[in-house]
Amino acid sequence: MSPPAFQGRPRDQAAANRLPPGQYLTRDFPVLSAGPTPRTALADWTFSITGEVAKPKQWTWEEFGKLPRETITRDIHCVTKWSKLDTVWEGVSVDTLLEGSDTSAGYVMAFSDGGYTTNLPLADVTHGKAWVAFAFGGSPLAPEHGGPARLLVPHLYFWKSAKWVRGLRLMARDEPGFWEMYGYHMYGDPWREQRYSGD
Amino acid sequence: MKTLVLEVPGWPGHQAGQHVDLRLTADDGYQAERSYSIASPPDDHDQLSLTIERIEDGEVSPYLTGVLMEGEQLDLRGPIGGYFVWSTELGGPLFLIAGGSGVCPLMAVIRHRAARESQVPTRLLYSARSVEEIIYKQELDRLADRGDGLEVFYTLTRSQPAGWRGGSRRIDRAMLAEVGFAAEQRPLCMICGPTPFVEAVASTLVELGNPADRVKTERFGPTGG
Repeated sequence: MSPPAFQGRPRDQAAANRLPPGQYLTRDFPVLSAGPTPRTALADWTFSITGEVAKPKQWTWEEFGKLPRETITRDIHCVTKWSKLDTVWEGVSVDTLLEGSDTSAGYVMAFSDGGYTTNLPLADVTHGKAWVAFAFGGSPLAPEHGGPARLLVPHLYFWKSAKWVRGLRLMARDEPGFWEMYGYHMYGDPWREQRYSGD
Repeated sequence: MKTLVLEVPGWPGHQAGQHVDLRLTADDGYQAERSYSIASPPDDHDQLSLTIERIEDGEVSPYLTGVLMEGEQLDLRGPIGGYFVWSTELGGPLFLIAGGSGVCPLMAVIRHRAARESQVPTRLLYSARSVEEIIYKQELDRLADRGDGLEVFYTLTRSQPAGWRGGSRRIDRAMLAEVGFAAEQRPLCMICGPTPFVEAVASTLVELGNPADRVKTERFGPTGG
């Protein structure tokens, strides 16, 4: 008699169709980071568009608060295998932040308090695909989840949604950010299971 | 807790602190993947130890700790994670803080240190609910007795045996200040355990004057799925 096989949990088919390969559904909201949670006072907080751009820009928290904002409901997928469906955020579209910036750059490096960085193609943060989010589930974003504001790019693995984001640096060529330097995929598409370099 | 010892022919080697992804496939093709820290040091060639906590209503751990039999094959990928690592070249002093099963990657660090006969001053502060829940206790006590610069401190948060002389409360600022190295010594701190534990310890270490880039964190916990 062959050994008993792995069976797994009874599966909810509707949810299963929304899960990328290798992911499981969670109802809580795990926290993963490489180091301590940074804490920046709102009076000191700024968001910048820098790098390969004719008109660099910067907003204080107060100025940021006057920009048009949207409510966004999306599924999110972490490279550590958990997915959370129908998460609700409030944020400013990156399209709004990039409006009027004259750039021929193809890539951005998001940079954050605490030194975290992550790279993305410009095409993946424009045309309604990315936001700088300051509220989650109807409440201000908690520090351990990236508050006061984080990048939100739901179509890629969630390490690309940089917590404690302070700006986007436009760059001509793609460069690895923090996790990408440690072996994570440069692009990170959960539907092609691009977790690690070489995937 | 159960330790699986895996023979991995062609294993490329790893650094202490890294983990592997295991993938299980059911007959209908359904696949579940989970990450487990490698508890064995890089100095054990071709053989990996994973210490797995059985979560009662878990999807994967009951299978790995209860059903899987010796001689069977697993799909494994790794090593993964290049940041939460330590090797002797990184030096110290080294302050390791473990909450429950978070001790596993730190055990790889301690075993690697021992295998290399390193004398880097190292302190492990290990929080568990009871003495029965201290994983690797005999081995840790034996390594601490070597007198090579490794010190091990336990704190038991739920129950203590008669005559217990270790800590008997949750890790707090006072305990971190007392047990840890002074911030001026610029210790490399590695914290692993459940998220609230890691969050509290990391914030406190920063408040005690340790630069954020000298505090590395790995957050653990049942997947809840």
